[in-house]
Amino acid sequence: MNLSMLALFISLPLLVGAMLLAFYRLLRGPSLPDRVVALDFLSLIGISVTAVYAIATNVSLMLDVALVIALLSFLGTVAFAYYIERSTLRDQ
Amino acid sequence: MISELLSALLLIIGSVFILIAAVGLVRMPDVFMRMSASAKGATLGVGATLLAAAVFFGELTVAAQAVATVVFVMLTTPVATHMIARAAYFNGTPLWANTLVDQLCDRYDRRTHRLQSRRCDSPEESQAVTGPETPVP
Repeated sequence: MNLSMLALFISLPLLVGAMLLAFYRLLRGPSLPDRVVALDFLSLIGISVTAVYAIATNVSLMLDVALVIALLSFLGTVAFAYYIERSTLRDQ
Repeated sequence: MISELLSALLLIIGSVFILIAAVGLVRMPDVFMRMSASAKGATLGVGATLLAAAVFFGELTVAAQAVATVVFVMLTTPVATHMIARAAYFNGTPLWANTLVDQLCDRYDRRTHRLQSRRCDSPEESQAVTGPETPVP
């Protein structure tokens, strides 16, 4: 069994299953921090998917995409956390 | 040959860890426990899959970029998780119903969001603390 076949047929389905579970939490999450955590987790899965896809297609340029996703997800999560905390400050 | 084997092993480990983290994200009863499960599992899974890519391509530039991404993820994920946890705690997100200890209970100033090491500053709460079992100096 080839390594790219393994990446395509074993590793990617596991990641897609994880992504479905994270989408369940994103839609269902009872509070706003739940959804933010699910979104952060989805972007981490996205980094992993791009790495696996780079192995599957033998294109090493995909790792640039992984780095960009990591930067953007950190910025987005910090912005959401700042927004939630400021909104609780304003209420009091 | 040995690099392909190592790459395949890292791929399987990373994918399985991410799947376990997703199961923890769905099954845990509390925001903070969900956060803990997803952050730890996803950090290890992303690190393993990116290292698998670095081993698979076997070039210095690609490996350097993959390792830099791993280091970045491992530095930023705990920071982001801590910020969401702090925001969720201030937001009043309910803890699990069977939680025994909340060690941050009275230690945050609700107005300035500062953490203080003493139990409380306001006079009525300090009187509440000075109960009958306080030792007399």
